[in-house]
Amino acid sequence: MTSLIKKYYYGDIPEDKSGGADIPSNNVRQSDWPLWEVFIRSKQGLDHKHAGSLHAADAQMAIENARDVYTRRMEGVSIWVVESKHMHASNPEESTSLYEPSEDKIYRHPTFYDLPEEVKHM
Amino acid sequence: MPDQETVHPDALVERIFQDKIDQEVKIEPKDWMPDAYRKTNIRQISQHAHSEIVGMLPEGNWITRAPSLKRKAILLAKVQDEAGHGLYLYSAAETLGTTREQTINDLHSGKAKYSSIFNYPTPSWADMGAIGWLVDGAAILNQVMLCRTSYGPYARAMVRICKEESFHQRQGFEILWVLSKGTDEQKAMCQESINRWWWPSLMMFGPHDSASTNSEQSMLWKIKRKSNDELRQNFVDMCAEQVKVLGMTLPDPNLKWNAETKHYDFGEINWDEFWNVVKGNGPCNKERVAARKKAWEEGEWVREAAAAYAAKREELVD
Ligand SMILES: [Fe+2]
Ligand SMILES: [Fe+2]
Repeated sequence: MTSLIKKYYYGDIPEDKSGGADIPSNNVRQSDWPLWEVFIRSKQGLDHKHAGSLHAADAQMAIENARDVYTRRMEGVSIWVVESKHMHASNPEESTSLYEPSEDKIYRHPTFYDLPEEVKHM
Repeated sequence: MPDQETVHPDALVERIFQDKIDQEVKIEPKDWMPDAYRKTNIRQISQHAHSEIVGMLPEGNWITRAPSLKRKAILLAKVQDEAGHGLYLYSAAETLGTTREQTINDLHSGKAKYSSIFNYPTPSWADMGAIGWLVDGAAILNQVMLCRTSYGPYARAMVRICKEESFHQRQGFEILWVLSKGTDEQKAMCQESINRWWWPSLMMFGPHDSASTNSEQSMLWKIKRKSNDELRQNFVDMCAEQVKVLGMTLPDPNLKWNAETKHYDFGEINWDEFWNVVKGNGPCNKERVAARKKAWEEGEWVREAAAAYAAKREELVD
């Protein structure tokens, strides 16, 4: 539809051929270290939460880099890293059918039930 | 023909996409998106990442010569933050299907741009103050807006960055404030640095809205949510007040409060200078890219050694 985006906004610095960087071609030698997903527990008692990703040669380096990149201000007490290639995700295009089974089961929610006013603490 | 209204499947997904944007639903990496949306985001996020990384150079210049251990530790922490910002953004760009290596190659080859402000030199210590106050200050306005950008990973990177930026601006202002209370020489140094950084900082917001001829697509897609001139005016209004606290002035004879518009009027930017620096002819363009390339090339053996070590360890485990 629109491939011509000539309006330059802040942070969008004019380039000779405007309209976007190219999706990588195959002529680049692929020597990036593997990509890792980083999960951080911000404090004891809370879940680990996805913080972002980074490149590292191995798990130990991934943890050390994650410390430098994502916890410079004591944002974490524990770090998990997992190589991105091991992550599996649901497909957003199938989300309707995936979540459909729970849609019509409103009786799973406490608000579904009508109780007499006299009942307290329930 | 029973149904004349059959929509083309592409048009349908495009409509679903635009509906999400209109309803402030974030777009996530695996969601369908128009090619141009993907490309615009890749370009903008990687330019932003490059700006953070190249932005370390003018300040890195003063780490070894900071006037005290305290200032040195602060500057080091700030520059380290900028490296972190670059990394958050590079990984956000990667969620769109680029590789890190390709992105970095594009910076080195000159294909990808970074903010022109980093093509100016930092000859004086006061520049560390002016950069924090003005350059980080201008960046913050943009980044606060981008916390609400429509692409999820970009917005989340921005939230993280914004949390860290306010220290950058405050430490810069404090440097200038201390100088402004100092000897005559220190005061002069402070003013001279503000004079040099003011106009390039205004240029950071990009060309006038009226100078843009084409599509408003980035606004429609909510990649951007405020116009260049809007952000620039916010910036001028803030700085015109803050500079008074320093007892300094901004180098613009036309800067004047306008009671009608409730904004400061200000003079015209030298657009020739702006385009000249964008085109690669700023005072430090070549030096900056050369420094990045050198760092990349000299790190080659480290990248190789770490990969070899990791491979060897894996072998031992198997
Ligand atoms: Fe930054
Ligand atoms: Fe900053």
